[in-house]
Amino acid sequence: MVTKEAILSLLDEVCDPEIPVLSLADLGVLRGVEFLDNEWQITITPTYSGCPAMKTMEDDILQKLKDHGIKARVQLVLSPAWTTDWLSKSGREKLKEFGIAPPEDEVDKSVLFSAPTVVPCPKCGSRETKMVSQFGSTACKAHYQCRSCLEPYDYFKCLK
Amino acid sequence: MKNEALYNYVLRLGDDSLILGQRLGEWCGHGPILEEDIAMTNISLDLIGQAMSLLDYAGEIDGQGKDHDALAFLRFENEYRNVLLVEQLNGDFANTMMRQFLFDAFRKPLYEKLLDSSDQQIAAIAEKSLKETRYHLKHTSEWIIRLGDGTDESHQRAQKALDLLWRYTDELFFETEEDLALVASGVVPAMNEIKAEWSKTVLAVLAEATLNIPTNNWQFEGGRRGIHSEHFGYLLSDLQYMQRAYPNMKW
Repeated sequence: MVTKEAILSLLDEVCDPEIPVLSLADLGVLRGVEFLDNEWQITITPTYSGCPAMKTMEDDILQKLKDHGIKARVQLVLSPAWTTDWLSKSGREKLKEFGIAPPEDEVDKSVLFSAPTVVPCPKCGSRETKMVSQFGSTACKAHYQCRSCLEPYDYFKCLK
Repeated sequence: MKNEALYNYVLRLGDDSLILGQRLGEWCGHGPILEEDIAMTNISLDLIGQAMSLLDYAGEIDGQGKDHDALAFLRFENEYRNVLLVEQLNGDFANTMMRQFLFDAFRKPLYEKLLDSSDQQIAAIAEKSLKETRYHLKHTSEWIIRLGDGTDESHQRAQKALDLLWRYTDELFFETEEDLALVASGVVPAMNEIKAEWSKTVLAVLAEATLNIPTNNWQFEGGRRGIHSEHFGYLLSDLQYMQRAYPNMKW
């Protein structure tokens, strides 16, 4: 029988369809791998309720395992709710290299009109940056721009 | 049905999210600035995601094998239980922000209380959705203040939106006899608690926005009982068109 380690290493090759440098484990959406009732059960949790990538991730997991002759099903759980604390250290590095600023471990304060989180530019490292929009190209991102090198970039919003 | 009261409760929450998500989606490609176009569609996406979780759960309680798609696309007008507020037309940007603000200020305390629900699935949906809703409320509160306390024109438009939408706010706190049994068994919070929290947020933000609460407090209701405004049929025909024209079609 295949081992759990073998499954995990196969799943390492399944990536976020929107941010292809991140594996599902890096992203923290992979919550469990268990052998139950004669098949493997892979548990994942959504980043945001409406994230359209979840269905693709589910299909990709099943396809990857099927390609290796492994019978599996995917279970989606909502609780405990996903947080950017689960984003792996290597995932944060990969995001930065990909041009997306990783979460700053500080939720954009709930105080009205509070100054937005300082997010260093992933390109030049400058801290002289500005928030362009609280919302970005996907549910998990906000939009920033660097004042030093003028690079516009996505910020992977901190969610706790 | 095992628990009709719970089904109705979850269906109402799911319908509110679905219909408001659909309305916000109409802004796609029409926002006043690109950033707000993206913001409104992001909020729409969160709401539709929440609607999927809620309607799936309603279908599970119902026990007839209906999933979120069956409930979203294959019911008739009088079977929807959303409040009238969420089906109102987008109007201008101030009107859309006001509608969203009045709704977010209701949803946040509701989800906060539902975290303690004795029903595990409701608590899980609330836990997931609350994080998103907090972000929405911050965004809409800031806009209400910016518009209300902005230029003469923006103030006038924000006040007009408030005057128009205030009459739909009481319905948010709709509660039936059967809901009181759910309250007693710790499944859902009492609506008077939610209303107190809602009023606190709304009064504080509107005061800072220099907007006046309408003195004429005539209130409309109906959506919670399946009686909708004339706008609703048009919205549904957009929402359901593909499934009605091509039954069981998939993307």
